Amino acid sequence: MNEEKELDSWKGILVCLEWKGTDFHPVSYELLGEARRLSRISREPVYAVGVGRKIHEGAGLLRHCGAQKVILCETSMICQSESYADLYEHYIRELMPSSVLVGGTLEGRALAPRLAVRFRTGLTADCTRLEMTGEGGLVQIRPAFGGNLMARIVTENSRPQFATVRSGVMEREEDSLEESQVCLDTNQQVRGTLKVHTEEILKPEGKITEAKILVVAGRGVKRREDLEPLSMLARKLGGQLASSRALVEKGWTKPSQQIGLSGNTVSPDYMITFGVSGTVQFMAGMKSTRHILAVNTDPEARIFQIAHDPICADLYEVVPRLIQLIDQKNRQEEIF
Amino acid sequence: MRIAVCMKQVPAYSEGNMDEKTGVLIRSGLENIVNVYDLAALEVALQVREAAGGTVTVFTMGPESAQSVLREAFARGADEGCLVCDKAFAGADVLTTSYTLMQAMNSQGKFDLIVCGRQTTDGDTAQVSGELAQWLGIPHCNWVSELQEIREDGVIFWQKTDAVRREIEAAWPCLLSVEKSSVTPRMPSLKLKIAGKKKTIIRIGLEDLEDQNPEHYGLKGSATRVKKIFPPEKVQRQAVRRMDGNEAARYIAKILENG
Repeated sequence: MNEEKELDSWKGILVCLEWKGTDFHPVSYELLGEARRLSRISREPVYAVGVGRKIHEGAGLLRHCGAQKVILCETSMICQSESYADLYEHYIRELMPSSVLVGGTLEGRALAPRLAVRFRTGLTADCTRLEMTGEGGLVQIRPAFGGNLMARIVTENSRPQFATVRSGVMEREEDSLEESQVCLDTNQQVRGTLKVHTEEILKPEGKITEAKILVVAGRGVKRREDLEPLSMLARKLGGQLASSRALVEKGWTKPSQQIGLSGNTVSPDYMITFGVSGTVQFMAGMKSTRHILAVNTDPEARIFQIAHDPICADLYEVVPRLIQLIDQKNRQEEIF
Repeated sequence: MRIAVCMKQVPAYSEGNMDEKTGVLIRSGLENIVNVYDLAALEVALQVREAAGGTVTVFTMGPESAQSVLREAFARGADEGCLVCDKAFAGADVLTTSYTLMQAMNSQGKFDLIVCGRQTTDGDTAQVSGELAQWLGIPHCNWVSELQEIREDGVIFWQKTDAVRREIEAAWPCLLSVEKSSVTPRMPSLKLKIAGKKKTIIRIGLEDLEDQNPEHYGLKGSATRVKKIFPPEKVQRQAVRRMDGNEAARYIAKILENG
């Protein structure tokens, strides 16, 4: 299925930028950082391309982003993966980058598959690590089969090599001393196949990504009603209740509460996990947590490998007692 | 109105195991279930059929055992079931999986609406539906949370994530990738289950497709290669503390208190 292509004629790492009205999505800066790190190995240029409404207003933000060339394309359309893909396809054919990095966001996940098919090439979703060969081969590393193993994936005979990376996985770099060449493109006509009637930006209300303390429920929680004491514990600690994917799949917790590669990336000050075994996909979403306390009855639980305090105990004994202790302490504080 | 739904058989537990040497997924010993996101997709398809009339055809790509996905779909009200199964299809990446599904769908005529689940729980890429839409050359939308109105010429629906909520209108044909949190799949019915046992499953192999070049499918046609499967690095491990509930609670409370 892959067209025969001269692999050598593709050079460069292109980052697809995502414009959010007043600033670029954090993942755009993170991908730029990663692209710069990778480009030092393959000695390729870094390109940044963005499409969006009033995206020109963001030009100043990218003046020192480290890309050799930045293209910002103005469009009146939002949420149109087909027409955005038309524009990106145009720029990719023009620049011929060897690798294309896309944010694993709502928009990125709609855009990247369309582009990958148009170029008859590979797409690796949700990479947790990227490596580069001297020849510009992108090594894409991600958890395999939702769980306990990692896979090294390469795109052998086609270009570009498409990878998506979720927000919070890669790190930003400091501003570059060099000034990027920023081109504004206003000449592109786009058509939209979807009609967006209304758009409402939702308030980040009680988001687990913002919480300083997270109480996390895992598969070790046996019944839905057993979440109530955990939720109470979270409230008493001034934190939020989160969960692993298992409970989201059961419908006991909401996707917005899910930690992990297919959920949210979090980095609270404190995390207390109860009955979480610690799959790769879970740990990919919480590894920068400052202090992890893990409670599990299985002494071999994988979460114990990264926990600062691995505690082999039964959550059903720990939680009620812990709530008591916190209540006692709160009462004492009221007295004094 | 012709509606297609993509459904996949996945291991019951998300932590599926893999043979570290061969890189082959170990399926034996694990119970297989329908990918939970796909039940939401089927539910949305059935709702559209109830409102607009027509038929719901389920496509599942996988081994022989994936037939059970189709039987389960029959028990919930699907009209037809296609098993996309051929040795040539094995080992497919996102590019060839979506290509195979496109070829399989085209072999059954044109569909007005295609519904997919947001992602599978084993592959976890959430990218097959977008590639399928591109191969079919139709608009698509992901994170669809709820249908608002079904019209003769198209559909109005909600797209919702933590950050944004949009009301969107799409004309037929289109592909919707469904988020499961706002969709409650109906229970299987005994009557439909019995009737479903008598239904003939439509088998789709390489010879049934327009493009019969085996090089375009499965591992051979895939653009990506898994070079290596490895266990994640072990980090410096703290000694595991075995405690009873009381000790553990005191220990945790102390750490939280001291900051």
